[in-house]
Amino acid sequence: MAGATAAPTATEPLRRFLQVARGAGLRVSAAEGIDAARAVDVIGFSDRTILKDTLGLILAKTPDEKNLFDEAFDLYFKRDTLAALDPEDEESADQGARPPERPPEGGAPQGGDGMGGSGGQSLGQLLEGDDRAALAAFTEQAAREAGLENIRFFTQKNLYTRRILDRMGLRAVERDIEAMRREAAPEGMGRAQFLENRLAQVRDAVRDLVERSLVLYARGETERFREELLKSTRLSNVERRDLDRMRILVRQMAKKLAARYAKTRRRRLRGVLDTRRTLRRNMGWGGVPFVTVWKQKRIEKPRVMVLCDVSGSVSAMSQFLLMFLYALNEALSDIRSFAFAGSLIEVSEILEKQPVEEAISKIMELIGYGSSNYGNSFADFEDGWMRHVTNKTTVLILGDARGNRTDPRTDVVARLSQRSKRIIWLNPEYRSAWGTGDSDMFRYAPFCNLVTVCNTLRHLERAITDILDDAA
Amino acid sequence: MNDVLTDQPQAVQDSVEEVRNGLESAGYIPSRQIATAVFIARHLEKPILVEGPAGVGKTELAKSVATWLDLPLIRMQCYEGLDEAKALYEWKYGKQLLYTQILKDKIGSVIGETDTLGAAMNNLHAFGDMFFSHEFLEPRPLLRALEEPGGAVLLIDEIDKSDQEFEAFLLEILSDYQVTIPEIGTVKARVAPIVLLTSNATRDLGDALKRRCLHLHIGFPDEKLEARIIASRVPGIDERLLKQLVSFVQQLRGLDLKKVPSVSEAIDWAKVLVLLHTAVLDVELVRNTLNVLLKFEADIEAATKGLAGLTHKARQDAGVA
Repeated sequence: MAGATAAPTATEPLRRFLQVARGAGLRVSAAEGIDAARAVDVIGFSDRTILKDTLGLILAKTPDEKNLFDEAFDLYFKRDTLAALDPEDEESADQGARPPERPPEGGAPQGGDGMGGSGGQSLGQLLEGDDRAALAAFTEQAAREAGLENIRFFTQKNLYTRRILDRMGLRAVERDIEAMRREAAPEGMGRAQFLENRLAQVRDAVRDLVERSLVLYARGETERFREELLKSTRLSNVERRDLDRMRILVRQMAKKLAARYAKTRRRRLRGVLDTRRTLRRNMGWGGVPFVTVWKQKRIEKPRVMVLCDVSGSVSAMSQFLLMFLYALNEALSDIRSFAFAGSLIEVSEILEKQPVEEAISKIMELIGYGSSNYGNSFADFEDGWMRHVTNKTTVLILGDARGNRTDPRTDVVARLSQRSKRIIWLNPEYRSAWGTGDSDMFRYAPFCNLVTVCNTLRHLERAITDILDDAA
Repeated sequence: MNDVLTDQPQAVQDSVEEVRNGLESAGYIPSRQIATAVFIARHLEKPILVEGPAGVGKTELAKSVATWLDLPLIRMQCYEGLDEAKALYEWKYGKQLLYTQILKDKIGSVIGETDTLGAAMNNLHAFGDMFFSHEFLEPRPLLRALEEPGGAVLLIDEIDKSDQEFEAFLLEILSDYQVTIPEIGTVKARVAPIVLLTSNATRDLGDALKRRCLHLHIGFPDEKLEARIIASRVPGIDERLLKQLVSFVQQLRGLDLKKVPSVSEAIDWAKVLVLLHTAVLDVELVRNTLNVLLKFEADIEAATKGLAGLTHKARQDAGVA
């Protein structure tokens, strides 16, 4: 390291800011944290614009992150200045001069005697006195002791509110009030009433503080938590309001996979000399190898044919599979998709020409939601498209194999399995349900190279990664 | 190197100001963010990853830093398939072969006096390394940047065009300013070069690379800054024409175009207008020279429709009747 020893006063606000930045959804690594500290050593805290520019350079690495960063920065440093004031907003205007940094010292012009919170007055005294700045500082102190910066989920709101109030000595005040009530002296009653009112204000203020902190520290975390949850929710259970989020997730996953597989069509095997071609290249120099030729590995893009059951029971799953595949367009050279319920149609064109969401609803209109007839659909496929299946084609079938007791036509699947590279069957039902009732899963299974349960986004990602991997 | 300036806000501002003046003296008008980035990069010895649309002066920034600091600029253009042999070093195979041919006769004298094969081999071993020494090493841009005795400005242009593997290969250089050559050992920079990487974001760069760099995003400049940039690049330009021109270009960027005009295209256009002795923008003139600004037929068509309005607004902004 550059030998810059950071003064403790400088690192504390920075450390907290890094936490805020992480909470806001920026991925700040330890190394970046160190860089930030070194940079702050050079430029200091005094010039906010330069500080913002600098930290932005180090911490935010995409346009999205820049926006998040700007927001977090403004929120954090605004909060810092505000926290020095009264948490009760309506009266904050009468606070005069306020130094911009370091909340505890913030109240200094008025709250000189009440400072140091924990060491000085108790909550009761603070309530009786009318020193809002001191009270605010006291609250901040308690919040820090209670570890408010670790708050992550909205369910923790009450917990932290309680903890802060406890630390401020709420119990003692409540006992005092009760004692006054019991004595029932008229001036005691008045004071109890007064204290109670002030206490209610403090409670509100603390709750407010906790809520603001939640926004500050935890927004990214909650988002991530929800996303993790969604990834492993059964797709048929995804609620309508989460659909948009799911679409974004699908696109992200697909983009990640596409980036990983798009560029590796031809990989140079460095260090492995292609002797034959080297000799040929250098014939002109009498076989003296001036130019070397290295071996290359050619990687084929997978060709995929997808047969999606779009009958009522499986449609949710099909939507996401199609969405995923079309987002992957870059990594797959040739996708042809078919939708079936009672019979089968090709839907590649619809999916290619229109944005995925519209396309899917159109497909559903055309053929979806009926009761499925697997035998009939496979026969349709054989008549129309079997000749396009080559030994490079991966056939992906998505469905629950419930044909409503119609002829399963396993003979077609057998022929398909002979022609194609492989058949992968994704079944959204749990394994225990296979073969029960009208499920023909076990009749089809012998002809498939892989039969697997697939009912969450995570399963889907894994299945598609397998397809891409095997092509390599 | 790291003078700690924490307690002197004025000093920090001055240093950033110094960077700004330095770049301006090299003919580059930086925004505040750009000046800060260069300042921080020099202090922390970290590379800067510059992203932004084409033609906002990403490459120009590197050139100007080199001019200002009077360092050699070493530029490496990335493309798909770029590998170490072209980026870092290569053995001069031809020279090695030539030398073995020429020195064939001498080999006899080297091994001549030994009796056994083993002894002859031992003698040869002593010479073997000669062919894998600095003499036969062809340094490519990265190695040259490290070996430059007084430091250098290394520009790795359009890193997003290179393969992902190449990106990984850069990591050692970017974080430690050193590279490892198996036959020779580790080469460490005497003076850490100032490294700038540019990217048009045609693909997402890896996190590891981003983590090692400062990330500077250069967008299109605002009206004032753009006017200053053009004025510095086209010295003879009339004040009023400049105002009209900038206003016009900024308006164009607001339209829904395939490719909005960049700063460099605005500069080209300014040069054309000066050559034509233009004082006031009129619709006819703009229509005839629009192809300097816009590079797609569809864009030109789209702009031509609203041309009268745009020109009028530009004239108004500049206070020309």
